Amino acid sequence: MAILELRNLKKYFATQKAVDDISFSIDKGSIFGLLGPNGAGKTTLIRMITGIFFPDEGEIIFDGKKFDPLKDIISIGYMPEERGLYKKMKIGEQALYLAQLKGLSRTEAMKKIQEWFIKLNMETWWNKKVEDLSKGMSQKLQFVTTVLHEPKLIILDEPFSGLDPINTNIIKDEIYKLAQKGSTIVFSTHRMEQVEEICDHIVLINKGKKILDGSLKKVKQDFKENLFSIVFDEMPSVNSNTVFDVIANRGDSMIVKIQEGQRPTDVLKYFIQQNASIQSFNEILPSLNNIFIKLVEGTAISRQFEEISA
Amino acid sequence: MNKVSLIIKREYLTRVRKKTFILSTFLFPIIIILFVVGSVFIAVRSREVVKIAIPNDSFLRSNLKSDSSSVLFVYDPAVNQNNFQQLGYTAYLKPNRDTNNSRDYSIVSRKQIGLESMEYIRHQLNQAFENRLLQQSGIDKETLDSVSKVSNDAISVTNKVLDETGKEKEANAGLAYGIGFTSGILIYITMFIFGAMVMRGVMEEKMNRIAEVIISSVKPFQLMMGKIIGIAAVGLTQFLMWIILIIVLMNVMQFFVPHEALQQLQNTQPNMPGGNSMSGQLPSTIAHIIGNVNWLLIISCFLFYFLGGYLFYAALFAAVGSVVNEDPQEAQSLMLPITMPIIFAFLILSTTISHPNSPLAFWGSMIPFTSPIVMMGRIAYGVPEGVPWWQLFLSMGLLVLGFIFTTWFAGKIYRTGILMYGKRASWKEMIKWLRRSS
Repeated sequence: MAILELRNLKKYFATQKAVDDISFSIDKGSIFGLLGPNGAGKTTLIRMITGIFFPDEGEIIFDGKKFDPLKDIISIGYMPEERGLYKKMKIGEQALYLAQLKGLSRTEAMKKIQEWFIKLNMETWWNKKVEDLSKGMSQKLQFVTTVLHEPKLIILDEPFSGLDPINTNIIKDEIYKLAQKGSTIVFSTHRMEQVEEICDHIVLINKGKKILDGSLKKVKQDFKENLFSIVFDEMPSVNSNTVFDVIANRGDSMIVKIQEGQRPTDVLKYFIQQNASIQSFNEILPSLNNIFIKLVEGTAISRQFEEISA
Repeated sequence: MNKVSLIIKREYLTRVRKKTFILSTFLFPIIIILFVVGSVFIAVRSREVVKIAIPNDSFLRSNLKSDSSSVLFVYDPAVNQNNFQQLGYTAYLKPNRDTNNSRDYSIVSRKQIGLESMEYIRHQLNQAFENRLLQQSGIDKETLDSVSKVSNDAISVTNKVLDETGKEKEANAGLAYGIGFTSGILIYITMFIFGAMVMRGVMEEKMNRIAEVIISSVKPFQLMMGKIIGIAAVGLTQFLMWIILIIVLMNVMQFFVPHEALQQLQNTQPNMPGGNSMSGQLPSTIAHIIGNVNWLLIISCFLFYFLGGYLFYAALFAAVGSVVNEDPQEAQSLMLPITMPIIFAFLILSTTISHPNSPLAFWGSMIPFTSPIVMMGRIAYGVPEGVPWWQLFLSMGLLVLGFIFTTWFAGKIYRTGILMYGKRASWKEMIKWLRRSS
């Protein structure tokens, strides 16, 4: 079942079609990657989901009902890419204030903050001010304030920027735990290796339009180029054949591209007939990075301004 | 509503707890009092003692009397223009010309003689000349004095204004002038101070990018209103503390200021020509006038117009804060359309306090852009002398409508502006935001 469904969302600004007819749905409990180059319209899309912007056209269905920003905002946690905290305010008070704005009672908020502070090793921070924190520390604080009220939908915009590998792992573990507890996580980034590691499902947008939508596995299958890596004990000599082309030879390994209509078994058959001894045979799936570059490349690197008559 | 109260609480507490708030709250009255006390001390201490040598002149000798401690007339036949300094005199009185009906004197000195002393000398010389003329006409000075005293007491002119019931009231233009001007200036200053505070608060939230986090929990309008109301509460708190502190300090000061200083200060007043006859009855007159002023009306109107004017402009200041980016220069150019009417109101006030019923005063006190400041100048004259009841209520009603409108208007700009980064929005774009429905 989908927690969030977008139907033909449109948002035009004076000089740009920021979001131009985008539809997709996000399954409950999944970790969803919203990808796109800079200026693709991700932030605008997220702002519509979080009720900050109203779409010009289209509908948002949240948890089976039409999205009502006033009511549903309590069930959403949003961590924007640009970090925002009151610099002069004490950490504890700040967390308490933000939690209360999300509708938690004072005692409830207090209890949750203490739990999270202990969990993330932040107990001694209570009376410090944000200006005393390092970038990574304030990132952690921001994460805590985002997920404190146990929202059904958590939207994280570049959550790991500025975090060291240890803190990245701590936050990553917490994200997994939240997803297991039933929260849905939307993860917006252009760091593809993180998406590959965490996300189940991705949507790629560029220039305000959706250009890719599917599970991570399926996307990789769709974009595979039938490349295989074979490691031999001793490199055999390969004549040109109808089954595959050799792409690269490196030491005792070989990368081959299977030709249209042939199967991996045919490749193995060919080498077995040659009496080559094979150590390993692996399919090379394209990295998300490559898919991203392939799809986005060729389009202008930055969006051009255009006059919109809406 | 609960969320707005949370925002109000935060805005209020973070400002009230700041060191600068506590400092300014305590320092402001102390500085005012030190200023007052200091200027009294300077006035008392720095008075010059002028010793004037007068050549042997039978006319002056018999008529010129010195009754001041700071200006001394000394008759010295040996003195002349060249030696008066060596003999220890500040100045030398030199007769230039003497006809029957006029006399012409010069006061020769090395240093400039103060205005007050010169005035005193001139006054004394006039008296002396007057006395001689009286004697020449055969009129006794004492007789004249008693006649003029009787005639002064017999005629008194006060401006009595009829109210609706036909009861006479004494109008005191001087006091009304003072009250109108002071309360107008106070509203003028506080509107700027607290309006700018709202603007800086909005700019801070935008720069820090916390606005986006907050706006994903509350509506932009709630955030704006919370800030405006929170800062209004800060302003009222500061007012209250200043009033209390000034009253306390004034009472404490009485024990510390030496009595002779106060007495000396009082003695300086009658020196002014024509001022002497008033001195005795002055305190009772003041008490009488102050009792005549409707303080309850003035104070409640002051609070109403302070709050109304603040609310009217604060939303506009918030809108400006939401539109600007990093550059404070941008804020200044955008603030101009807001500050112009405030300054304009102040200009209208200065004519209103002299002519509270003029057409300019009427329109100035009706239009919400200027009414908070201008109306205070009319209210000081009392209702209905300075302003009829219907005009007062109409002005209040218009101000309430006015701030509802500016808040709605500013809310629309704020909503979009607070999330816009990069280029500052042009006026054209802002008008577009206004037209867009939510």
